[in-house]
Amino acid sequence: MADLRLTIDGRQVVVAQGATILEAALDAGIYIPHLCHHPDLKPVGICRLCMVEVAGRGMTLACLAPAEDGMVVKTESQQIDKVRRVALELLLVNHPGDCLTCAKNNRCQLQRIAAYVGVSPQRFARLRRTEKTLPPDDSNPFFLFDPNQCVLCGICIRTCDEIVGANAIDFAFRGFQTMVSTLSGRWVESSCVSCGECVVRCPVAALVPKRYQQPQHEVQTVCPYCGVGCTIYVGIRGGRIVAVGGDRQSPVNQGRLCVKGRFGHDFVHHPDRLTTPLVRRDGQLVPVAWDEALELVARQFDQYRGDAFAAMSSARCTNEENYLMQKLVRAVLGTNNIDHCARLCHSPSVAGLARTLGSGAMTNTIQDIAQSRCIFAIGTNTTAAHPVLALKVVEAVRRGAKLIVANPKHIDLDRHATLRLQHQPGSDVALLMGMARVIAEERLYDAEFIARRTVDFDAFRASLERFPLEFVEQATGVPRQHIVEAARMFANHKPASILYAMGITQHTHGTDNVLAISNLALLTGNLGIPGGGINPLRGQGNVQGACDMGALPNVLPGYQRVDDPQIRSKFEAVWGCTLPPGPGLALTEMFDAMLRGQIKAVYLMGENPLLSEADAQHAERALRQLDFLVVQDIFLTETARLAHVVLPAASSAEKDGTFTNTERRVQRVRKAVDPPGEAKPDWWIICQIAQRLGASGFSFSHPQEIMSEIASLTPIYGGMAYQRLEPQGLQWPCPSMDHPGTPILHTQRFATPDGKARFVPLDYKPPAELPDDEYPLLLTTDRSLYQYHTGTMTRRVEGLEVLDGQERLCINPHDAAAMQLADGQQVIVRSRRGRVMVRVKVTSSCQPGVVSLTFHFAETPTNVLTHAALDPVAKIPETKVCAVRIEPLDGPPQPGLHQQITDTTSCAGR
Amino acid sequence: MCTASRLLSDQTIAAIEELFPCYPTRQAVVLPALHIINQQLGHVPPQAVEELATLLGLAPAQIQDTLSFYGFFKQDKPQGKVRIWFCHSLSCAARGAEELLEHLCATLGIRPGQTTPDGMFTLEAAECLGLCDGAPAMLANDTVYTDLTREKLDQIVQSLRSTAS
Repeated sequence: MADLRLTIDGRQVVVAQGATILEAALDAGIYIPHLCHHPDLKPVGICRLCMVEVAGRGMTLACLAPAEDGMVVKTESQQIDKVRRVALELLLVNHPGDCLTCAKNNRCQLQRIAAYVGVSPQRFARLRRTEKTLPPDDSNPFFLFDPNQCVLCGICIRTCDEIVGANAIDFAFRGFQTMVSTLSGRWVESSCVSCGECVVRCPVAALVPKRYQQPQHEVQTVCPYCGVGCTIYVGIRGGRIVAVGGDRQSPVNQGRLCVKGRFGHDFVHHPDRLTTPLVRRDGQLVPVAWDEALELVARQFDQYRGDAFAAMSSARCTNEENYLMQKLVRAVLGTNNIDHCARLCHSPSVAGLARTLGSGAMTNTIQDIAQSRCIFAIGTNTTAAHPVLALKVVEAVRRGAKLIVANPKHIDLDRHATLRLQHQPGSDVALLMGMARVIAEERLYDAEFIARRTVDFDAFRASLERFPLEFVEQATGVPRQHIVEAARMFANHKPASILYAMGITQHTHGTDNVLAISNLALLTGNLGIPGGGINPLRGQGNVQGACDMGALPNVLPGYQRVDDPQIRSKFEAVWGCTLPPGPGLALTEMFDAMLRGQIKAVYLMGENPLLSEADAQHAERALRQLDFLVVQDIFLTETARLAHVVLPAASSAEKDGTFTNTERRVQRVRKAVDPPGEAKPDWWIICQIAQRLGASGFSFSHPQEIMSEIASLTPIYGGMAYQRLEPQGLQWPCPSMDHPGTPILHTQRFATPDGKARFVPLDYKPPAELPDDEYPLLLTTDRSLYQYHTGTMTRRVEGLEVLDGQERLCINPHDAAAMQLADGQQVIVRSRRGRVMVRVKVTSSCQPGVVSLTFHFAETPTNVLTHAALDPVAKIPETKVCAVRIEPLDGPPQPGLHQQITDTTSCAGR
Repeated sequence: MCTASRLLSDQTIAAIEELFPCYPTRQAVVLPALHIINQQLGHVPPQAVEELATLLGLAPAQIQDTLSFYGFFKQDKPQGKVRIWFCHSLSCAARGAEELLEHLCATLGIRPGQTTPDGMFTLEAAECLGLCDGAPAMLANDTVYTDLTREKLDQIVQSLRSTAS
């Protein structure tokens, strides 16, 4: 469409079709006073300040009026001044005049407007000033709401509605009493998700962060939390992080952040940070100098070269560090025993999608989700685990997309869902194949796509015979008509996107679940197109990158197989070594190997298996048996307490490098502050150890040099270089320095040898451990928005602890009534493997017979309960399903018992 | 998610659901639904707001927006069985409403905005009821009373008390 030309204050202004007069003026650098306008939100025309005169039309609100070709606009006239002044004075009448001491001083829009319009002291003194003494709400730990400062522009309300979809606030009361409020008036009691999106948009000081200092300077980097990988600006003052904001230019998050990303950075400066290396002497970890610790580590590692050695790498470390870790393990220590927590999250995605599509990553981009006409979110509690990505789902729904949510629990996303399927935990294959059967029977599939781009359709179709809807209905607990409706909705709204996470993967049939998802997407031709795709949402900040870098037992960087001699010789030539030919042990297999005495020494970087492994006591017994355990972390984690040597690492705010987010975007992590004490970046530590083991090829002075080596050996990273990652990163595959990166995978051909995708026939397999008479309830695990993984970072952020600081066993009201359990009551949850004591939360979010726990809390280590039965392909444990029973604790809560229980569960005997 | 037992009866929910086809959006159902709830419970406490929000697929704050705009809905405790709206606008005032209202207050032992301890009467001072031709006027629940006098008021209170108890 042609651009529009209009005249504003005598200046020619060119603007795109659809812009308002206000946008046209602001774009051209012409200021028009405004309060209720925000570029991210729909205009509402509440504040009446942006009045302009349009030739032939008279007074007009610039924020509501579309710009038109040939329009002549005046922003200043006596008439405008008169109207604007009245609107302003009516606001000033009720506004505290405490500008100098106000938190928003110098950044306040009202202050700016008052300065622009000009208010005479005589007139200001004559205004009827009303005492406003409404109590501020300080219930939220991160921000303050002061209704006395509020100008009722509604930006916060519209942000919470249009952008966040939480709808925690709205106007309340009327007339002079009108105010912004939650249902109860206390923000923490509402559906507020504490993301602070309203706070950053508030034009005045009605919503302000509780702690804020104007930074001296800002550093652009990546959020340390989930795999969405939001770009943030870290504000620094006096060597400390004082503020964090989103990067509005970022294609990942467009400036948006969640509560953890915006407010969860206190852990960086927490007094618990490790500041010096520790070595175990007479059973105690004592501080030593770096030289001594590194010498000891190198001397010990030297004795365990080969398969007696294993390393656990980290999804919270950079690509460069993961690359170096696997290089150290393979090239120097001579074993492929390297793995990391991706084993526990998306190993079935890597295995399953690599088989069917040739590549185990998110096929589309985060932005792309907003273009979908149908989103099928299965096994993902997106608003809790990937909050900023969930905003795209909300955006798509607001644009009219259908949303199908399949989850054994009621989740927050249900509020936006067109159709909700609450299936039994572990029945995903049945549900997905049932939907596929409906699509096949009703011929809703994309025959052209299937013929042109896939193989094995007939075998797959035949396997659908094994999924009659009666059976599917019984296995999933989902009424037949809902399955049919979901199938039709998904097939009839193209492009359709599938989002999934741990609910799909953490099963003994996790790989089958992924294959079933792949089948469904192929059946409907939803691959290689914008708005479609299969989108596994990666958990940790750099879990995608840690996989890409080959921190896996069977592949070198870029998923190049260790058992391919040609690949090995390519790496051997550059690394100057001989590489072990066979795949190493998976993380979940390593613990058995430790117990067998096969693995004797372990180098563990930034992981906390004592809380994260299924059947955690088993993992603990294994780690305790080791001859030598080195843990490298930013805190003395539960696992680090067992170590022989603890090495203090720099957090991601304290070093340079790259993270690869869930949409395969490689982004720069930048050093914002110095590490505390003698803590060092992981890449430096690994290099030091390698050099002390006599290895060459580890003399790097900056992570940039490591990336050059990665690019030279890793085809999908071939075009990655730091200068190319400015400012928005690059999405792999990016094979060469002139390649622009690949937002959408499989547009022309699949990454399989013949370029075609594979259908896979499937069978239904129930979970490994289902409830019985002895353990009658099914325990599933989930996540809290306010905590992250094993809590090492988030539990050191005071405000997050206020919002959600303790474990609660969610149980359906019917089950609670049958067991006579009251909300808040302490109970013991027992499985065949262990027990924990927790408080009960009675909630209909759990279906009858199903209870749930998170695994964030060290004092209630959920994973002592979970089942370490493995998926045969991906070796992922079934942390989503195990059988438990609940034993009520009689009498009042006993404070000491918590400790006692966790202690017994964590000692060596069962 | 609601945890305690449900406040809205099946009947109330059914009555609200019957409204769905009558309105273009769920947002538009809010006001009539609030009236139905108010009829069942005598007030609309926060839990009822949450339950209605779930029923309509809206956020509690959105319901509260509508609810708090109107002075009609009470939230803290149920109104009396009979809610009297006593007009104190111009026409009624000119014909002695002030004095009559004081008399009514004395009879019931409460001030406007209050409920009798037995839960029988809630008294409200109303803006114009549109009954100027019959001033002074009042509304008791849905019944209109006009051309009030002290005697008439006493009779009305008595008969309301006997029929409501």
